[in-house]
Amino acid sequence: MTEARPGGGAPPARAAARAREGRWLAWLFLAPAGLVLLALVLWPIVYSIWRSLFDRSGQAFIGLGNYQRIFTDPDTFTALKNNLIWVLVAPALVTVLGLIFAVLTERVRWGTAFKLIVFMPMAISFLAAGIIFRVVYDQDPAKGVANAIITSVHDVFSSSSQYPGARPRDADAMPATDAGGFASVETIQPGSTILLPLVGVEAGTLPDEPQAAQPPAEAAGDQVTGTVWFDFTRGGGGVPGEIDDTEFALPGVTVQAVQDGEVVAEATTDDQGLFVLEGLDPGDVQITLPAGNFAQPFRGVSWLGPSLVTPAIIGAYVWMWAGFAMVLIGAGLAAIPRDALEAARIDGANEWQVFRHITVPLLAPVLTVVLVTMIINVLKIFDLVYIIAPGSSAQAANVIAVQMWAVSFGGAQDFGLGSALGVFLFLLVLPAMLFNIRRFRQEQQ
Amino acid sequence: MKRSVGIASAAALALVLSACGGDTGTDTPADDDTGAAEETTEDAGDDEATTDEGTDDGEATTDEAPADSGLALPDLSGEELEVAAVWTGTEQERFTLVLNSFEEQTGASIQYTSTGDDIAPVLTPRVEGGNPPDVAFLPQPGLLNEFAGRDALQPVSADVEAAIDANYDTVWKDLGTVDGNLYGVWFKAANKSTIWYDVDAIDAAGVAEPATWDDLVANSQTISDSGVTPWSIAGADGWTLTDWFENVYLSQAGPEMYDQLTNHEIPWTDPSVEEALNTLAEIWGADGFVVDGALQLDFPTSVTTVFSAGEAAMVYEGDFVAGVISGETDAVVGETANFFPFPAVGDAPAVVGGGDVAVAFTDTEASMALMAYLASPEAAEIWVAEGGFTSPNKSVDTALYPDDLSRGIAEGLIAAGDAFRFDMSDQMPSAFGGTPGQGMWQDLTDFLADPTDVQGVMESLEANASAAYGR
Repeated sequence: MTEARPGGGAPPARAAARAREGRWLAWLFLAPAGLVLLALVLWPIVYSIWRSLFDRSGQAFIGLGNYQRIFTDPDTFTALKNNLIWVLVAPALVTVLGLIFAVLTERVRWGTAFKLIVFMPMAISFLAAGIIFRVVYDQDPAKGVANAIITSVHDVFSSSSQYPGARPRDADAMPATDAGGFASVETIQPGSTILLPLVGVEAGTLPDEPQAAQPPAEAAGDQVTGTVWFDFTRGGGGVPGEIDDTEFALPGVTVQAVQDGEVVAEATTDDQGLFVLEGLDPGDVQITLPAGNFAQPFRGVSWLGPSLVTPAIIGAYVWMWAGFAMVLIGAGLAAIPRDALEAARIDGANEWQVFRHITVPLLAPVLTVVLVTMIINVLKIFDLVYIIAPGSSAQAANVIAVQMWAVSFGGAQDFGLGSALGVFLFLLVLPAMLFNIRRFRQEQQ
Repeated sequence: MKRSVGIASAAALALVLSACGGDTGTDTPADDDTGAAEETTEDAGDDEATTDEGTDDGEATTDEAPADSGLALPDLSGEELEVAAVWTGTEQERFTLVLNSFEEQTGASIQYTSTGDDIAPVLTPRVEGGNPPDVAFLPQPGLLNEFAGRDALQPVSADVEAAIDANYDTVWKDLGTVDGNLYGVWFKAANKSTIWYDVDAIDAAGVAEPATWDDLVANSQTISDSGVTPWSIAGADGWTLTDWFENVYLSQAGPEMYDQLTNHEIPWTDPSVEEALNTLAEIWGADGFVVDGALQLDFPTSVTTVFSAGEAAMVYEGDFVAGVISGETDAVVGETANFFPFPAVGDAPAVVGGGDVAVAFTDTEASMALMAYLASPEAAEIWVAEGGFTSPNKSVDTALYPDDLSRGIAEGLIAAGDAFRFDMSDQMPSAFGGTPGQGMWQDLTDFLADPTDVQGVMESLEANASAAYGR
């Protein structure tokens, strides 16, 4: 739009009128956004501060009482502690990973494809990511991917035991050792027989065609013979400690003879559950069943237990946001003048030195943006923690936003305390916001 | 240019404001009163909603359909009601049949809103905002007390009270009364003193139905010896652990002390509580009795652990376990899955139960007619016949239960009469007894994780209870 300009400058009154009209128009366009901000942002903040000074019912003025409770209530204290861990670990991790990805994808041929894959988790909501990781971290290796990988790797290097969970019938006669095996209390002499009844043998571990348990043969002078069998009759009945017709032999059990604290003989039971320990010197013999027979299969790590739940959720967070950091830093990287890097390389700097002394300092503004954005995000984290932590780990994983929700809407209905937590969170985020705003202003100048 | 820009922006502003104004509640699909500009979009939406057609049909058929019940329901053509409850999935489908019957007989149209398990955070803001549903089903008397305390509930009309007097035992009427005012109709009940077991595993172990707690512990040892883990416990859901505690405590300490503990007239550090926790530790803390990873099992997974995966022999929870078994496993209730009553821990076995109570937030003719309908045996019998439902209404014809198992559960509940006790944690303030990760739920989860620390758990329970009760 052009207006015919009179020769020379426009008269001052005209210019003032145009300036006023421009301002009026600007305010008109800003008005809807301004109203929305006023109603949805400014008013709730003011009301929350006001409400936080009252108690649960909203009638009694208690001043800073709610804020005192924030620091004395153990649940909230755990939340504060966890938020601190989050703020220290998650943004740094995301930024570092983003930096590594951004720098490396520049050199790789399929860089764009890799960037796409790393960035894709940004496309899903926190809720969806929470549900995904809840399943990934499931403790059962049949369901949870994380434990499935770990147990597969573990099983490559170690063999499984024959009868996990089995134990002797009489825990007093054959108590457990520290290593997980069992050792008899009373000793026997070479030339005698011994019965070793076991219980707790899972049905799936019995051989496909189990054989009836047999009583042991006579032992020669330097031998100990015996039977290991599953001392339980299906359907009950049977005498504990005696070999009944209905009971099955347990093949493949390793039995050891111990004399003077040393293992002097070892045998493995055959298909009838019989074993023979040979070459024994006269003297007291203790019979032991080593732990290798009974070790429970490795079931993976308890990701969502109280000790690991916060790192696990931070892992999920990093998975989502590393792509964001990578993209921002990649853009910053593209803006670095190549000649500086080339000059350094010509001067004999290796890649690591180039990275450390040139790339990173030049990227400092972008890294700061990413770091501060992550800090602000992480202080407010809610969805991931709420979805991923199961009820039993809810307290261990608590963060301020979840605590605010729990006291306001979950049972206690204490909006005073909830508002106080909200205001507290606001005050925590404020420094980061001010830092950002100051940086924007500096950049504009 | 200035004028056209000004007109255009003023028109845009007007459009925005008109969109914001008027009733845009998403829960009420038939809003014929809003401005003309919106009618076209509303009509397009209504084509999918069935309520308009429903209302028209209702008007046509009210005169023709014979009254199903002896209950005289008024003609409510054109009236709209909103009903909120926690039920989803199969339960929601079956409950909708009950609502449909009411719609057919009165011509009203009912919108059902499912709130999910945690109903308090959904209802409280709506009550505070002055937009509550007409009738809601609260799963805890504690919530009933809270809403009554806020004057959010309407006392029932004389018709409803008469129906309750005729069809329910006194204990149910008392449970629906707060400060002398009757607010609630108990529609759905749950018998929470049932232990469900895998028939195959129990037969293999050769154990009989236990009559006492000591029998149960001995059985558990035998089952463990047979090579099967005896118990599957849902440690991730704190409420299952509170039900364990309540059964043990009610049977051991008796109904009077149970009531005292419920009202926090005795502290949680009382010797009776210590005794109950020590008793619980006989199962929870015994080596190899509880399945691995119990702390992260939620309730439905704890049931499938027994009946699908076969990793445990028994699981304790209420009669609604049957619904999970038939819905999520291949086991057949009554053949491969069965239950026995929770054994006596003290002198006599106890029946602890739960339920959902219908309360009215609005005092209209339609709301009270619906409440009266819900108190009648006819309404209950619709869902009874579908299965997965136990009615506390003693006038219901128990022959309508779909199988002997559910009939046995229902008759056991009604036979307990006034010796029945409602689930303790549901009667307490929900900050203590009804919130995940807090209060009683969290303390008992900690106890399951470490059953040796009885003193610590008792002190934590007492501290949380004092905070919640305010005394």
